[in-house]
Amino acid sequence: MALDKNQIAQRIAQELQHNTYVNLGIGIPTLVANYIPKGIDIEFQSENGVLGMGPFPFEGEEDPDMINAGKQTITTMPGAAIFDSATSFAMIRGQHVQLTVLGAMEVSENGDIANWKIPGKMVKGMGGAMDLVASADNIIVAMMHTNRSGESKILKQCTLPITGVNCIKKVVTNLAVLEVTKDGLKLLERAPGVSVEEIKNATEADLIIRGEIHEMRI
Amino acid sequence: MINKVVNTIDEAISGVESDMTFMVGGFGLSGIPENAIEALSKMDVFGLTCISNNAGVDDFGLGLLLKRKQIKKMISSYVGENAEFERQMLSGELEVDLIPQGSLAERCRAGGAGIPAFFTPAGFGTEVAEGKEVREYNGKPHILELALTADFAFVKAWKGDTAGNLIYKGTARNFNPLMAMAGKITVAEVEELVPVGELDPNQIHTPGIFVQRIFQGAKYEKRIEQRTVRTKE
Repeated sequence: MALDKNQIAQRIAQELQHNTYVNLGIGIPTLVANYIPKGIDIEFQSENGVLGMGPFPFEGEEDPDMINAGKQTITTMPGAAIFDSATSFAMIRGQHVQLTVLGAMEVSENGDIANWKIPGKMVKGMGGAMDLVASADNIIVAMMHTNRSGESKILKQCTLPITGVNCIKKVVTNLAVLEVTKDGLKLLERAPGVSVEEIKNATEADLIIRGEIHEMRI
Repeated sequence: MINKVVNTIDEAISGVESDMTFMVGGFGLSGIPENAIEALSKMDVFGLTCISNNAGVDDFGLGLLLKRKQIKKMISSYVGENAEFERQMLSGELEVDLIPQGSLAERCRAGGAGIPAFFTPAGFGTEVAEGKEVREYNGKPHILELALTADFAFVKAWKGDTAGNLIYKGTARNFNPLMAMAGKITVAEVEELVPVGELDPNQIHTPGIFVQRIFQGAKYEKRIEQRTVRTKE
């Protein structure tokens, strides 16, 4: 069974390191916050200017002056900090934020990512994604393996305008966990009940497959 | 103390002309100068260049200026929430310069801080880097980004005093302090205007030196774009 979006988030949550600062992008990455393993302390940064982001507010307690970068109403944790956009990107560009999790329309086998523009169709802008991928030490992409027409989003080369070059470290999809290595994309794990052959067929990029590929533990 | 208070909205936006460059604070609809935007949307000024992280929504914020086609060019990082914007951009009526959010913030900060340009890794190898000087520092390529300034910067704060000192609230701070520094004329609107001496100098986010005009907004709608809540268990 391929993973659903929540299970992708659950698998990514296993990558969280104790006592780190993490930026979660819009979409599946936001769900990662629901699955922080016990004993792991994380502070979430949102690039519009908050560190120590908490859960959504209870109904009736929403504050228009307290949102995340997805413009969703949020709360803050005890010990949170608020700052301006330049300070926020000093944290990002200065590599103080240790992990970035974000979505993608396409990734390539050398670690390029495209997630901000479909020429002539969707032109929403890059927001903070280009700053994030240019600087973060560790970048994990959360995405569906294929698009709605079943075509691979994991390519030899991105076809859409890219957001960053040679920057992503891992990709977690509904089918597999992949690692970007110097030699190319390495298949690390497969979704429960999904075969290596199925993953190969759903992937346009070449995959490095060594030894037995274990199922993810969700 | 130098008194920065203007008594009417007309006084606050006097001197605004067609073809000028504006900075407008806010992130999404949070912390936008609602009163100044509304007043500008009723003026006959056109051909504006607008520097703002976002472009409002169709019927609120900068969407009001877009609807009347007052804006010639937008300099933003994310414009996803505005259908009219997308239509004008795709049809070529509106010129759009999309730049990475951190570069946008730093370009405003640099503009206000007297730094003409800086190198950043953001955008290297992408469309954003086209035509820009590239230099390698610490083994990593960086692109040259230029500072931004504006004829007017419109910002919004929570509290301000008559000397123009500002305190923001929550994530409504965002681009406001940076743009306040980068405007030739910075117009600050606040929810509560207080006499000098009432704000703790230790808590000031934007010192009054960056603000030329200040007024208390007549009303604040403070619209929420994505209302997300959890239910009590």
